[in-house]
Amino acid sequence: MKRRTKTWIVAITLILAIIVTLLISLNMGVIRITPSQVFQTLLGNGSEQNALVLFQFRLPRMVIALLIGAGMAVSGAILQSVTHNELADPGIIGINAGAGFFVVLYIYYFQDSIVQLGGTLSVYILPLFALGGSLVAAILIYVISWKNGVNPIRLILVGIGINSMFAALIIIFQLKMDPDDFTRATVWLTGDISGTDWSYVLALLPWILLFVPFAFYKAKSLDTLHLGDDVAKGLGTRVEGERSLLLFIAVALAGACVAVGGGIAFIGLVIPHLARKLVGATHQTILPISALMGALLLVLADTIGRNLLAPSEIPVGIVVSVIGGGYFIYLLMKS
Amino acid sequence: MTGHSTDEETPQRSNIVSRPLVATSILIGGLGFLFLTMCLSILYGAADIQFRTIWESLYSYDPSSTAHQIIRNLRIPRAIVAALIGAALAMSGSIMQGMTRNPLASPSIMGVTAGATFMMAIALALFPHSSNLMLMLWGFVGAGLGTGIVFVVGSISKTGLTPVKLALAGTAVTAILSSLSTAISIHFDIAKDVSFWYAGGVSSVQWIHVQLLAPVALIGFVIAIIVAGSITVLNLGDDVARGLGQQTLLVKIISTLVVLLLTGAAVSISGTIGFIGLVIPHITRFLVGVNYRWIIPCSAILGGILLVVADTISRMINPPFETPVGTVTAIIGVPFFLYLARREGRGL
Repeated sequence: MKRRTKTWIVAITLILAIIVTLLISLNMGVIRITPSQVFQTLLGNGSEQNALVLFQFRLPRMVIALLIGAGMAVSGAILQSVTHNELADPGIIGINAGAGFFVVLYIYYFQDSIVQLGGTLSVYILPLFALGGSLVAAILIYVISWKNGVNPIRLILVGIGINSMFAALIIIFQLKMDPDDFTRATVWLTGDISGTDWSYVLALLPWILLFVPFAFYKAKSLDTLHLGDDVAKGLGTRVEGERSLLLFIAVALAGACVAVGGGIAFIGLVIPHLARKLVGATHQTILPISALMGALLLVLADTIGRNLLAPSEIPVGIVVSVIGGGYFIYLLMKS
Repeated sequence: MTGHSTDEETPQRSNIVSRPLVATSILIGGLGFLFLTMCLSILYGAADIQFRTIWESLYSYDPSSTAHQIIRNLRIPRAIVAALIGAALAMSGSIMQGMTRNPLASPSIMGVTAGATFMMAIALALFPHSSNLMLMLWGFVGAGLGTGIVFVVGSISKTGLTPVKLALAGTAVTAILSSLSTAISIHFDIAKDVSFWYAGGVSSVQWIHVQLLAPVALIGFVIAIIVAGSITVLNLGDDVARGLGQQTLLVKIISTLVVLLLTGAAVSISGTIGFIGLVIPHITRFLVGVNYRWIIPCSAILGGILLVVADTISRMINPPFETPVGTVTAIIGVPFFLYLARREGRGL
């Protein structure tokens, strides 16, 4: 029971840290709003300007950061366990780039026709395209690295190759775009959540509400798969079936998050590590703690990106790459 | 990290042959073919130019003719620089792979290009009026920085720089450095200047670039040929090399300096052109065997041909717009990388 208590302490600390970060982040920015004004505004007693800034700009952005952080972290945790590789991450093995390529294709081919149908519709169709792209990338990686089974090293190397290929394809199509679409695509690809409004929250929320709890529900399968294929088979698990289902959850989460937040890498890699270090081995604790930590990291990174070089903003994807990449290199040196 | 290390395995015995005859024919025939591809590169482009016009522009230059100007001031330096850069990157890749016995070692994977781009971003942000020569020096410093980080990561970790760890360290270093470059370029509003290097290309090359690159490439080439024999010995493993009386550290230091010289110069002019340094050495080894005295010059010629051809293709994909040549080399190189990755299972 000691571990259980520890998990609860970690979870509550994380939730408190998230709330504090949210308050600080709501307060900071070009227009400063004090915590008491934030409370007043949240209660409906704030000035009109404060209400506009909070509800239309800062709050949706923070909610998106929380959702994407949680989704990416859970996706990474699943990928790492399923592939038996602690260095797996949707960004490194090309799943983000696959989603990115499909989104670029979508902007290139369909942007106009969808706008004619009604502008907000594209917010909801984009995640579907991104999901398609991440699935294509995942299937390519799986098929190419298959040779009497999928060896984790091969999977990572093939993923790095697939990543470069999609990156090249993205550039080719991006350069054919007109300047407006080009800028849209570039901002989107760096991993940016600055243009977020509530419609993005509504587009992403169903995916997170569906797949994150589903992942929690499948925690036991992850535990058995993590023991290795032979042991898992001995315990009566349908290894290939469970593995592909869990991979699908991971890819769906990454795809949806990338569609809204763009190419944010390293969260799925770094967070599950930290979570495992803090609360140890079973996925029933790793997954929820990863979700909380991922949410915290992304809100923090976005706050840093918004304020570090103010008035110019650093896209959140850049901040995460620098923090996450640094930690990743530290892990490589230790391994 | 799971999985076994393939670093300690000796090279496959069946490959230990040298084919001087093939190598000689690559050196002679390849040079001819390189010249031919350069002519084609000069011939094809957005402006329609006859072969006869090229000749005329060389021997009876008419400054008032646009075609003559395009050929002499744009296309000829471009073809020369493409050939030199392709050669420099391929040679660097050969040296790196031979020295580290790591099949994935190459400039773009080892963070050399990302480091150079990063330093270039800093230079453009802080000293916007730097000369081409200064930018080249920044390129060297950055190339050294990127390689340094990847090497440190690899040497500190206990299992050494295995192919997988190298690829991962390279990916992470590239991600961090290019993120920092983007942040700098956003803050200083120089995104357009930096993206020129990032996309990779030789489209705005002028004679000044030939004048800067040619001497550096020549020096690098000569030193590379001098150390080539030592690299062959080094490729048998550090212990064997030491047993044969080689000063392995000295050879490694000289080789690393040559790599930095060649890639730093190449990257400072053309930006990130990936996969040439990875693919060409493998193809060359397949063709000429294991002797680096043959591998290094042959890979230089094949690398030159590949980049000149890729540059010509990049102009034909979407005329009159130019597709960055780095994407063309990536699309040629990725299938090869995947092939290597699949081979990883049986030990490289």
